[in-house]
Amino acid sequence: MTTEAAFGDVQAEQEEQFLDLIDHYKGERGSLVPLLQGAQGIFGYLPQEVMVRVAEAAGEPLSKALGVATFYSQFRLHPHAKHTIRCCHGTACHVSGATLISQEIERHLGIHAGENTPDMLYALEEVHCVGACGMAPVVMINDRAHGKLTPDKAVEVVKHFQAEVAAGDGGPVSGDGREDAE
Amino acid sequence: MMAAERVLVKPAPQNPRLTVPEVDVRICLGTGGVAAGSREVLKAFKEGLARTNVLAVIRPREDDCAGRCASVTGTGCQGLCAMDPLVEIHLRRNGSSQKVTYGQVTPAMADEIIAQHIIGGEPISKWLVLTDEGPTEFDSFYASQEKLTLRHVGIIDPEDIDDYLEADGYQALYKVLSQMTPEQVIDEIQASGLRGRGGAGFPTGQKWRFAAGYSSPDGVKYFICNGDEGDPGAFMDCSALEGDPHAVFEGMAIGAYAIGATTGYMYVRAEYPLALRRIKIAMKAAEERGLIGDNIMGSDFSFHIKLKEGAGAFVCGEETAMMQSIEGNRGMPRLRPPFPAESGLWHRPTNINNVETLAVVPWIILNGAEAFAARGYEKSRGTKVFALAGKVNRTGLAEVPMGRTLREVIFGIGGGVKHGKAFKAVQMGGPSGGCLPESLLDLPVDYETINQTGAIVGSGGMIVIDQDNCIVDTARYFLSFTQQESCGKCPPCRIGTKRMLGVLDKICEGKGTLEDIAFLEEMAQQVRVGSLCGLGTTAPNPVLTALKYFRDEFEEHVLEKKCRAGACAALTTYAIDPATCTGCRACARVCPVQAITGERKEIHVIDQALCIKCGACFEKCRFDAVRRS
Repeated sequence: MTTEAAFGDVQAEQEEQFLDLIDHYKGERGSLVPLLQGAQGIFGYLPQEVMVRVAEAAGEPLSKALGVATFYSQFRLHPHAKHTIRCCHGTACHVSGATLISQEIERHLGIHAGENTPDMLYALEEVHCVGACGMAPVVMINDRAHGKLTPDKAVEVVKHFQAEVAAGDGGPVSGDGREDAE
Repeated sequence: MMAAERVLVKPAPQNPRLTVPEVDVRICLGTGGVAAGSREVLKAFKEGLARTNVLAVIRPREDDCAGRCASVTGTGCQGLCAMDPLVEIHLRRNGSSQKVTYGQVTPAMADEIIAQHIIGGEPISKWLVLTDEGPTEFDSFYASQEKLTLRHVGIIDPEDIDDYLEADGYQALYKVLSQMTPEQVIDEIQASGLRGRGGAGFPTGQKWRFAAGYSSPDGVKYFICNGDEGDPGAFMDCSALEGDPHAVFEGMAIGAYAIGATTGYMYVRAEYPLALRRIKIAMKAAEERGLIGDNIMGSDFSFHIKLKEGAGAFVCGEETAMMQSIEGNRGMPRLRPPFPAESGLWHRPTNINNVETLAVVPWIILNGAEAFAARGYEKSRGTKVFALAGKVNRTGLAEVPMGRTLREVIFGIGGGVKHGKAFKAVQMGGPSGGCLPESLLDLPVDYETINQTGAIVGSGGMIVIDQDNCIVDTARYFLSFTQQESCGKCPPCRIGTKRMLGVLDKICEGKGTLEDIAFLEEMAQQVRVGSLCGLGTTAPNPVLTALKYFRDEFEEHVLEKKCRAGACAALTTYAIDPATCTGCRACARVCPVQAITGERKEIHVIDQALCIKCGACFEKCRFDAVRRS
């Protein structure tokens, strides 16, 4: 199979999933947020044409859909890398040195928080509290939390994950609620 | 009531245990446990036990076992996160029963525990954190706790509804539907003195009474569970949802029956993927068993629950904002009245309670309002879950009766400050609360007392900060949080928090003046009185309490350009003391910007022009040769 054909398959599959999503929420009140969440889960972000179709499906003007999408921090209007590294900046993590950990990971990946690596493999984010305060400071890679980190250890954890990705075993991609079973 | 005329089906496990295994291993698979590597430990136990060839590894509800057998179960948070992964081992052999818990277990340790303890019969005492026989150094963590809300968390398998049913699950709902009128339920909850655990502390029974008193033309009423635990540093709702989701459903159903609601929404943060996954599993099981849905247990009462994933907005924890969000709008609060009890979600009467509040409701129904009210202090009855984190030795979740002193919780249960450092403050109530100094540690933790200090009990997060944390930086941290999370509706909140943050940045950079401190106080008043919702009205609290109790630190930053904690980079310099330096190169290796030079066994020097003040060398040096000033 050529790369182009494979790309076409991905698009067709995404289109099918998107149509299922729209169908699932048909006629349901308050469906705008779950539609946006579902669409982002399928496409990885919310491209303009998807926004237009989501607004239409929810029966709302595009301006409102865009207003909602920009209100919540979960939504992304730009392409997002395959794997997400989230540095937790909850209170417990902040007082335990989260800033230094973020800086070290930024230096290691060569990007700032909020950016993707140029190969679109890793996105780095700073988030407020992932609920593992007892293990502060915490970094989440996709849906897996890593706790009790120091700047050195955090970079080690990221490097270890990168090695897994390079070996073709990166686990499930950027988490929108998906989680590896035991 | 109609309910009395029908014969209801009493809930019971569908697949009772076929075997009580000789070896029962329970491993914490909460978010904290998983972060510490508990999945790998669980796998090591399963594989290691199977390798012994002495014990068959079974699932007690599915497999019958003729010979000797063991089961390995994943549970929710077991509480003592500092020692995660926690592994509880319960041995039943030769007519006796022995239960112990190991802490910080690794896969390698699992093999040793299997060989020495499970097979050999000798517990490995150096790794134990809890035993039912002798004392361990962690006894004070467990001793004063009373688990009502978290009664099943860390014990049952949250993904197995039969585990919950076996542990009195859905019996409270059965009792309510078969024996109690809605009024009686409300009376019971009101008599218990239960107050909203999300932060505001409003009496739950009274809230239900308001909601019960309103009706809509089409008869629709809503019951919402607030699981949008946005306070950074609180994780009790996360743990309750991960560890015992059915208890929250049961609490919702009881509340819905009391107020006459037929539709429920469970609003949970998307940042809690594990909680969401377990809720979905539990919801499906509860619906299949007829415990949620139409004609619950064969009664006239029907109640459906829909799961709504939050999309990342702190303000949605505010009830009117949450309803906006469920309706598919930007989550912006609106003016009250009308209160949600009168006109809430889609203009119907609506009641909202927090996860922790709902999780304890079944306990109150089963054990009685008096039993709950017998615990507590003054107007704060019952128990409350506190999340201990930050610079405290034993981080984790602790449930204690209200009214224990801060000192008992932080130094008794929490075991004091990490690495023997000096206690500076405890932050309570997150972005709506404040930092309390050592002089207030003997205050009892109850809603009224803590309110008087300028902080709040809030959702129960307690973050301990020590001598290495800067009070100004901590205040700035919270302002940067509220400034980002302000929905923007009220200009005093939107602009005021931004201006306050700007001033705090300036002080941390060593450019502040005394006028700036006065400006902070003035602006704090403006933001407080000019904002509509709780986010804005409480946003200045972290700054006001910091100024109230730690004004000298602000003045030091401003007048002496000094940060005593060494946390504000612009006010801190690192230098190597030539007399103490051994030339070991440890600091040079750890420096991320190669600012430290010097050959082995020669004195090292930090190039101040290159230094980014990260403090890595300071942490690394074993000879205290790196000096911070």
